[in-house]
Amino acid sequence: MLAKRIIPCLDVSAGRVVKGVNFVELRDAGDPVEIARRYDAQGADEITFLDITASSDARNIILHVVEQVAEQVFIPLTVGGGVRTVDDVRRLLNAGADKVSINTAAVNNPQVVEDAAGKVGSQCIVVAIDAKQVAPGKWEVFTHGGRNRTGLDAIEWAQKVASLGAGEILLTSMDRDGTKNGFDLGLTRAVSDAVSIPVIASGGVGNLDHLADGVSLGRADAVLAASIFHFGDHTVREAKEVMRARGIEVRL
Amino acid sequence: MSTIAIIDYGMGNLRSVAKAIEHVAQGYEVIITADPAQVLAAERVVFPGQGAMPDCMRELDARGLRPAVLEAARSKPFLGICIGQQMLFEHSEEGDVPGLGVFKGQVRRFPADKMVAADGARLKVPHMGWNEVWQKQAHPLWANIPDGSRFYYVHSYYVDPADPAIVAASTDYGIPFTGAVAQANIFAIQFHPEKSAQAGLQLLANFVAWKP
Repeated sequence: MLAKRIIPCLDVSAGRVVKGVNFVELRDAGDPVEIARRYDAQGADEITFLDITASSDARNIILHVVEQVAEQVFIPLTVGGGVRTVDDVRRLLNAGADKVSINTAAVNNPQVVEDAAGKVGSQCIVVAIDAKQVAPGKWEVFTHGGRNRTGLDAIEWAQKVASLGAGEILLTSMDRDGTKNGFDLGLTRAVSDAVSIPVIASGGVGNLDHLADGVSLGRADAVLAASIFHFGDHTVREAKEVMRARGIEVRL
Repeated sequence: MSTIAIIDYGMGNLRSVAKAIEHVAQGYEVIITADPAQVLAAERVVFPGQGAMPDCMRELDARGLRPAVLEAARSKPFLGICIGQQMLFEHSEEGDVPGLGVFKGQVRRFPADKMVAADGARLKVPHMGWNEVWQKQAHPLWANIPDGSRFYYVHSYYVDPADPAIVAASTDYGIPFTGAVAQANIFAIQFHPEKSAQAGLQLLANFVAWKP
């Protein structure tokens, strides 16, 4: 049976991991390569890098990071953040990324999803959707970290990007992100049931049961989390053991 | 130094495949090449593939690589990966295109009406993630890999060989499908060993050591 995936996410700025990763015995807490190797050793099913580099001068540094990680870590690597054009997608894939996630650019120009999927294949294209609840059972797509409304219904948008050729959806609840109160399971379930492509749940994980809830109640195909793993509170392996105890198929 | 040639026909990044093989192939030179002469001179050949099969077939022919691929598949230790496995068959439902016809059989899309899990949940396509690979025949490429080990898959189509004797592994996703085929000097897999952590590196090491 296909295993549900656990995906640690690292925020990277100008080639350094930010937001205080705090592993024991890590020589360099900011080194993306070392942290990626650590997660690989813990049994992470994939790794996601979110490039939050603000300065346009430093934007190419992520390519170098991806090259280094891809040389040493033999699990899938997804990279997102600031991806605007098909050329951006190609450069990241050529550096060694397996998937590239597109967020704001897809909202501004949905054609980029279709063009990118046509060029490199749907399996390489993740569309990231940031959503906020606006009414019971209704969520709207936001961009720029939840600041900008788009007027798009999250479920309809998910169906649209799937029809344009996205291979996967990374779904983040902006209401829950950073709260540690767990995923927005209503949102996750609604989107996962609405599309035939895999959905990664994100935003709000505070404990290991939240991860299992994302799969068993939210029907996510994969769960993404950052701080719960970064601060050394829990390992990926522990997360998988909790999921397995709850009857979820995992790779252990 | 003996070489392992990874055939480059312009479809996607081959760096990960090359790095994973370099990781386990000490004493070999690993090259990514679009030159038929280099393919024919190599000791071992890896035939990867990404994207859509019609594009892959077109680009392979645009680079004049078909004869070299067929010759390597006839005479050298040959590892097909993902679309590189699918292209060895006669025909694909994806774009309704002919393949290289090394093996008899079809490349089929996961049937929408069978994509239901035991608990009634919808199975998503592409089939993406780590699934169990059940070995259907003893083979040197399975050395030190426990039966049922998980490998990383990402695909919407799978091969359906006419000859069941070439099936080397099977995986379940709504339906049982062929995850690997083997015949003489050819071993071809749907999953990605270069993204399958320890099990994947072991399979690549087994390929490097293989003397068919």
